Amino acid sequence: MKPLFWPRGALRFWQRNVFIFRRIFPESIAVNFLEPVIYLLAMGFGVGAYLTTIGGLPYLTFVATGLVSTAAMFGATFECTYNAYVQMYYEKTYDGAITTPLGVEDVVVGEILWGATRSVIYGTVFLVVIALFGVVRSPLALLVPVLFFLSGLMFSVIAMTFTAVNPNIDYFPFYFALFITPMFMFSGVFFPLDALPAWVSTATWFAPLSHVVHLSRALILGTVGPHHLRDVVWIAGVTAALFPLPIALMRRRLLK
Amino acid sequence: MWQRSPIRTIECLNLYRPPDMPPSPSAVVAARGLEKRYGTLPAVRGITFDVRPGECFGFLGPNGAGKTTTMKMVYCVLQPTAGDLSVLGMDVRAHPRRIKARLGVVTQDNTLDTALSVRENLLIFARYFDLSWDVARQRADALLDFVALTDRGRDTVEQLSGGMRRRLMIARALMPEPDLLILDEPTAGLDPQARHLTWQKLRQLKRTGVTQILTTHYMDEAAALCDRLVIMDHGQIVAEGAPDALIRTHVGREVVELHGFAGDDDSREILAKVTEVAGDLADQYEAHGDLVLLYTRHGEALLRRIRGSTIGIEAATLRQATLEDVFLRLTGRMLRE
Repeated sequence: MKPLFWPRGALRFWQRNVFIFRRIFPESIAVNFLEPVIYLLAMGFGVGAYLTTIGGLPYLTFVATGLVSTAAMFGATFECTYNAYVQMYYEKTYDGAITTPLGVEDVVVGEILWGATRSVIYGTVFLVVIALFGVVRSPLALLVPVLFFLSGLMFSVIAMTFTAVNPNIDYFPFYFALFITPMFMFSGVFFPLDALPAWVSTATWFAPLSHVVHLSRALILGTVGPHHLRDVVWIAGVTAALFPLPIALMRRRLLK
Repeated sequence: MWQRSPIRTIECLNLYRPPDMPPSPSAVVAARGLEKRYGTLPAVRGITFDVRPGECFGFLGPNGAGKTTTMKMVYCVLQPTAGDLSVLGMDVRAHPRRIKARLGVVTQDNTLDTALSVRENLLIFARYFDLSWDVARQRADALLDFVALTDRGRDTVEQLSGGMRRRLMIARALMPEPDLLILDEPTAGLDPQARHLTWQKLRQLKRTGVTQILTTHYMDEAAALCDRLVIMDHGQIVAEGAPDALIRTHVGREVVELHGFAGDDDSREILAKVTEVAGDLADQYEAHGDLVLLYTRHGEALLRRIRGSTIGIEAATLRQATLEDVFLRLTGRMLRE
């Protein structure tokens, strides 16, 4: 069987993205720091003034341990929606790269890897900020970047799939309004899911972010149990199952 | 706008039949009965050609003739629907990555990386070919010099003119030191100075032994660069040969152009008179709108005879036959969109 992609080729395209990112690295990271601080001030001290504890946790702690996963999700999602689309459609970067030994599959995998990398960068910056706010309670928090790489792959694969079939850049707001925002609201970031009606609570099981939030909260607070393995399997399974999809769709789009 | 005239004395002759060539082991590119269909829509309909080592081989044709599709199959971005295609002795279906590692490709659209500077475009591209940073830097500097962009290395792609971007595309294609350079309309949209500079660079490359394939719809470009060429139309090859030989075979040496035909019934009569006066001095006639072309080997005599006659014509001029005459004869004067 033919391999799905050429690892060295994917690595080369990933390195291109790293090369470009290096230039905006300091500014980009500075902006990354700002965002969580604003969130934590608003949610923790604003909302937190009325809602003191949730499930025995200070509200600031509850929100911060979930928001960190959201940051990671947005890192991968922006990379593999708008950024990928501009490079594919307007800049024709992909068309240029595939005239080299790289194939479409290598470019797509390189982008997905880069989306996951952005996810780790965004999420880890957020994690450092909440550590400064005194939220982190367990050394298991050091595994959170690993979680973000895995979840970053998942969100990148999903975003690239949409990008590959998206006819027009103006359709991305649909992706955000119909998928990302509801997930942002109903994945247990701002309130526990068991507070919801049973059917909504069940539905959130299908939201990829809910599993990431579940894991990040447990790792940061040191409350990991065997049932968390189910979340890992869910994320890994969905990622592996969807992985060939953006490759096939992007190939169909570019090779004509 | 060109339109097919109702008066058309000679049907466009399509005498070309692809020779039943045996596969040639030395050919850089060998295509046999090569086809590409998009769904049911045929883009390339069974073409056969060989590109020999060290030559510049041209593909001419109107828009939609199948040139770019053919190029994309050669540089292994599109899979053929049927037929055989080998590049550098390898089958395109079996070894696309190994073939692509030895090609330089200048695509029709510029695909420069706008997130990178001019020099970085060359460096990153070299990395796609798995070259080391050291080799990449050396080649980048040499090639920037070659395409006269040394002092623009730090600029962004957006700061370059159209001609410079095209030259950067060529420099980038040369980064892997390719055995075959594929140029899809290398000078489309460039001003005459930029075109001539690009041609000069391409001829310079040819002298170093790099085999080139190029598509163009500029006839002067094909005449200036190509050793041999094929003319494509509707997905098929309609003529093949060296530029001079094609002109001689298809239109002769000279052309007398008669201007000022109204294109109505009267002109049909005038044309009849013209053919009568010209007699055997003209080999072939063609009428297009307000223009009549007489292909001839005795231009001066024919011109004298027409001017001496009583036919009412605005202007008659004698010129050398060009590849453009061959092209228009074979592909017609209908506007392609």
